[in-house]
Amino acid sequence: MWEYTDKVKDHFMHPRNVGELKDANAVGETGSLNCGDALKLFLKVDENERIVDASFMTFGCASAVASSSALTEIVKGMTLDEAAKVTNGDIADYLGGLPKEKMHCSVMGKSALQKAIADYRGIQIMEKPGEMVCECFEVTDLEIIDAVKANGLETTEDVTNYLKAGGGCGKCLDRIEEVIASVKAEG
Amino acid sequence: MNVIYTDNNATTRVADEVIEEMLPFFGGFYGNPSSMHTFGDRVGKKIRQARQKVADLIHADPDEIIFTSCGTESDNSAVFSALNAYPDKKRIITSNVEHPAILNLFKYLRDKKGYDVVLVPVDKKGDLDLDLLYDSLSDDTAIVSLMWANNETGVIFPIPEIAEKVTEKGILFHTDAVQAAGKIPIDVRAAHVDMLSLSGHKIHAPKGIGVLYVKKGMKFFPYLIGGHQEKGRRGGTENTVSIIGLGKACELAAQQLPIMNTQVKELRDYLQSQLLEKIPSVSVNGDLENRLPNTLSIGFDAVEGESILLMLDKEGICASSGSACTSGSLDPSHVLMAMEVPFKSAHGTIRFSLSHYNTKEEMDHIVKTMVSAIETLRAMSPFWKDGKLV
Ligand code: FES
Repeated sequence: MWEYTDKVKDHFMHPRNVGELKDANAVGETGSLNCGDALKLFLKVDENERIVDASFMTFGCASAVASSSALTEIVKGMTLDEAAKVTNGDIADYLGGLPKEKMHCSVMGKSALQKAIADYRGIQIMEKPGEMVCECFEVTDLEIIDAVKANGLETTEDVTNYLKAGGGCGKCLDRIEEVIASVKAEG
Repeated sequence: MNVIYTDNNATTRVADEVIEEMLPFFGGFYGNPSSMHTFGDRVGKKIRQARQKVADLIHADPDEIIFTSCGTESDNSAVFSALNAYPDKKRIITSNVEHPAILNLFKYLRDKKGYDVVLVPVDKKGDLDLDLLYDSLSDDTAIVSLMWANNETGVIFPIPEIAEKVTEKGILFHTDAVQAAGKIPIDVRAAHVDMLSLSGHKIHAPKGIGVLYVKKGMKFFPYLIGGHQEKGRRGGTENTVSIIGLGKACELAAQQLPIMNTQVKELRDYLQSQLLEKIPSVSVNGDLENRLPNTLSIGFDAVEGESILLMLDKEGICASSGSACTSGSLDPSHVLMAMEVPFKSAHGTIRFSLSHYNTKEEMDHIVKTMVSAIETLRAMSPFWKDGKLV
């Protein structure tokens, strides 16, 4: 069994802000049924770009639900500029930490948030820029580079914990290793 | 809170009768069964009786029973013995839904030792592709190892039929019967198997004790080389207390086999029909006919297994999930993937595995809890809207 903090358990058993937000004006969606987890984030943003309300719908494990719930609590009251700076580490910290194998749940939170902000601002996020590395979980080299840099990841296992990449058939593991090496080489 | 235990394919409660049988050998009777004194032989005699009871459960001869530390050791010993017996044969055959004790061993033998591994696939019901299996048998084959029953779905492979065909060709046949023992009748002689693995903790004996049956007259190469214990087929001082417990457990399992196939099966069927009736978008995984009487693998669309398990856990209900998130890997179980169970229900698959200790009241409580857990989780799932999958 995973060692979850009391805060994770609490946010799983009593998730805050569940459901569709009827008058949301920013929506961000990430993940898929195939992946095993997915998050749809709803934000209500006022004319000053302040997030006045947030809610979520999540398909996934306890960490996914808790991360989503935490995310909505964190961003409520923030301006979009502030929210844009929220990292997956902030979500995990808010919950008192997540098992390392479950860090991808917090990454999913961050990615849905960024998509919601982009949605509000009318910016088209180019779906998945970069070259596809892991086909099982649709993860690109740029995403891996970002995650490696932001979280100081060292091994393919770390990358799998954060992005799921490599956790399926495993045929992308060599390529992930190359990407990690390239980041290291850059210094 | 009372625990409702429906995770018997993971491990079982040690039966009271088994504990009682074991207790004296923790205390006063601590002799070494190999010693040349009456005090030690008291233990030796008990071990001989236990060996007989284990043999009786599978219709073997006591000489054909080797005590090991677990099912994994039995599986590994069987395969390595076969490879030693036929050092020139380079093909080994198994299925793609085996327990990791076989699957990972075969992958190791392929990747590190250069063996040509055939993984025979299963169909959507979890039944083995027999034509493909028979076509893959070659003069170069050292061993075929197939599980008797699957731990996740309970699907039973037709082992007697397969073993006959395989052994006719002079190829060694091993079966991992860890899940089948105590749930369906096993007769090693009628089934023509050369080697068979059992594990104590799946049949109400303690953890840490296993059995390898090795057919008389077969060349056997020990895996643990040491003293003369187990007729030199496995060195190391016997795990005496557990062996004694296992003997008792086998005796009980033989007696309870009819109960397993009536009462326990009825309970399982009741649980299954109630869940199907009360919850929409649900599917049972695996062959409904050729299935262990105690096992139910059932998938719920649009929800994820770990979340369900935690909600069951809150009510004291122990089950397992076929999903990834509980195991540390990310994809749903290799068994469900091999059966091409769609992702929508594979991630939300729960395995209930019953024993004769379960009651109808417990099943009712499980159903009630499942109805509310699935409702709660679907209410927050982005893939569930207006009572159906979107
Ligand atoms: S391609 Fe990355 S795990 Fe399959």
